[in-house]
Formats: sequence, structure tokens, C-alpha cells
Amino acid sequence: MSVSIVVVSHSEKIADGAVELAAQMAPDVVILPAGGTDDGRIGTSLEKVLAALEQALERAGGGGAVVITDLGSAVMTAESALEFMGDPPDAVLTDAPLVEGLVAAAVAAQGGADVQAVKRAAEAVRGPAGRPEPSLPEVVPEGPATGAAPKCSGDFELVNQAGMHARPAAKIAGGLASLDAEVTVNGVDGASMTALMMLAAGKGSVLHVEAWGADAERAVDYVGGLVQAGFGEP
Amino acid sequence: MTVVLDVNWTVKWLTLCAQAMAEHRIELIELDRAIGDSDHGENMDRGFQAVLAKLDEATPETPGAALKMTAMTLMSKVGGAAGPLYGTAFLRAATAVGDAAEVEPAAWALALAAARDGIVARGKAEPGDKTMVDAWTPAVDAAREAADGGSPDLLSVLVAAAEAAEAGAVATDPLIARKGRASYLGERSAGHRDPGAVSTALILRAAVGAAA
Repeated sequence: MSVSIVVVSHSEKIADGAVELAAQMAPDVVILPAGGTDDGRIGTSLEKVLAALEQALERAGGGGAVVITDLGSAVMTAESALEFMGDPPDAVLTDAPLVEGLVAAAVAAQGGADVQAVKRAAEAVRGPAGRPEPSLPEVVPEGPATGAAPKCSGDFELVNQAGMHARPAAKIAGGLASLDAEVTVNGVDGASMTALMMLAAGKGSVLHVEAWGADAERAVDYVGGLVQAGFGEP
Repeated sequence: MTVVLDVNWTVKWLTLCAQAMAEHRIELIELDRAIGDSDHGENMDRGFQAVLAKLDEATPETPGAALKMTAMTLMSKVGGAAGPLYGTAFLRAATAVGDAAEVEPAAWALALAAARDGIVARGKAEPGDKTMVDAWTPAVDAAREAADGGSPDLLSVLVAAAEAAEAGAVATDPLIARKGRASYLGERSAGHRDPGAVSTALILRAAVGAAA
């Protein structure tokens, strides 16, 4: 039971290509394309979206479905499809950039996140954490909006050759999405794959992890474990 | 003979809509070329031709069923933004009339309001944004006024809606677009009639023809 994803684009090629890209990082997640019109033109098709949504919900086995769209009328078609289906409670629309949002959503779904967490992961892509200054471990902000000290924290040195890149970022963000914790890594949202990648942290850099919430300790242990194991890379 | 809004009327209306879109295809394309992406005439014609094909396959049993089939078909075949917008309009109207075999004039005025509300909810346009809402809103108001009269007859409700939509479409000429593709043109969109408002007027005019 994991969240399925439907990709609605004006272009069949964009939808298929985006699914191909995301599937590489989230091999176990059902990601279905609904691109172009019925007769292969540029546009969106309610029938295609409905078919993909129904299949996505079925294959999610109760896990729900997240819909990600490109331009204006794709959003309208996706909304219409949900209205036609009587607005199923376990299907949600995301407001996120198609490619980056889809990859982040797929990674979160792969990590076992629920529908709302997958939606958040997609939408976090262009949030304030999306463009961090590559920060040093010692310049860490005070924490989330509450300003409360983190419940748990840790410092971990990157030991793998390539340092932080797409796959490690996906592993960290994907795993954190399923935990009940708010986590920052060097001050950026730990559940945002793109924010982690933009830290541009190389081998030897230290990741400062801070966590709040019920699973704070597990979250720090999770990131620490991955970093110390070099993410399973040389 | 009094006209009733039953499934025969609905099928005739949809057939006349298809005819109107085919006849005005070039006009809608030209209007859309000036301030949009010139596909509105093509898209609306294709959408309603697909509705005709569906009507050939099976005759719907109620007005509501015909409207719902139209919604589904337009959303699937039109492609551009007009697909989900008109699709939502027909879907909300279908929901409003339910499974009644005959729709009273006052109920039809409410169905038109539901259609307009659906378009607003889907497209987020407000009156004055130079969109189809500028034809729908006066049409809804005029239909309600006609239906509120002493003994409302269907034809006067339909005529009131069509005339108000036509006037609303003409009134989009000087407006500056704030929604849709035309909004990228800003002030240069003034002086052109909104193609969506024109197609709305065509659809509501066809409704009068179906009652004649």
C-alpha cells in the first residue's frame, strides 16, 4: 500500500518522459502518465486522466493518489476528473513544478510517505527552502518557526566520493517524509530533495542535522546512518 | 404549442450547438488569433462534432444524462482550456437538473447559474476579466429575472439568456483581459471581442432555436 502518482501534461512526450525519469529514482511507485489528447495532439484529455486516476487509486490499494500537472488547463482537467469521480478523499492535486515536483513526490512515495506527505514533498520543491545559500555547518538558523531548540541533533561527515547528489538526497528526503519529524540539514528542509541537492556538499563536508517532533531521534539516526554508510556508495 | 425542456429539446439544442460551432468556426478562429492561440474555433467544432457522434451512438434518456455526456465529451475532445470550462458548465447543469424528465423554466435558470458558478470555480475568472464569464453572468441574471416573472414560459427564459449573453459578448470589446492567454497581451487585448464569450452566446442562442 503506497501512494500512486498521476502525471497530467499537455504533451504525451512530457508525461511519458517525466514518468521515466521519476521511475528511475522510485522503482516501486506506480507512476502513470496522462499526457496529450485522445488523438495524440497537444492538450489534455479527461478520459485519459480519469483512466489513469482510476488505475492509480486501484493499484495504490488504499494508499491514495497524488496528481501533478503542468500548465493551466491541465490543472482544470485534473480538477474536473476529480469532480467527475465525486472528489475521492484519497486523491489530491499538487501545486508543484512538474519535473522537480514529480521526482520529489516519487521519492517520498518510495519512502512510504502518505498522500499528504507526498503532496508536501512535491510542493516543498519551490518553497523557501528551495534556494538555500550553500551554508557552512556553523551558520545554522535557530530552527523552525517556533524557534524552539531541536529535540535532537547530530553532525555527520560525508564519506562517499561523490558527496551529496541526487540519489543520496532522494534517500534522505524519501525516508524523512514518512517520519513524524521536522528535520533541517544545514538549515534546509530535510524532506526536500532539491534543497538537499543544492547544499552542494562534497566529500568531507559535515551535515548538521536538527530534528523536532515525535520521531526526531529516529530522523537524526536515519540521516546519520545513511551518511556514515556513504549511502552505500564508494 | 408550449415548449418543454425535455430530452428531445436537449438533443436538438446540442445538435444546433454543433451546427453553430461549425458555421462560426472561422469567426472564432479569427477572434482567437487576435488575442489568443487561434484554436478556439477548431476546438469547439471538434468538441461538438464529438458530441454529435455520441448522440448517434445512443440517445440519452433524460436532459441530465445528455448534459453529462456532453460534459464528458467536451472535456475529453476539446483539448484547450475551453474543454474543462464548458465541460464543468455542462456537468454542473446536469447535476442541477438531476434525473428529471422535464425541467421547469425556473429550474433551468438555476441550472444556468450552476453552470456559470462551475466555470468561475474552475477558471477563477471574475466579471470584467474579458472571458466567457462576461457572457454567462448577464445571461444567468436575465434568465433568473425572466423566470421570476408571474407565469414564466421556457421560451422567454431562453431568449432572455441568449440576448444577455450576446450583449455581454459585445461588451467584452473594450475590456483588458485579466485571465487566460489574452491576459499576456495586457492593454493590447482591448478592442477585440473575447472568443469564449462569443461561443457562449452561440450556445445560448442555439437553446432558443431548439425551442422554436
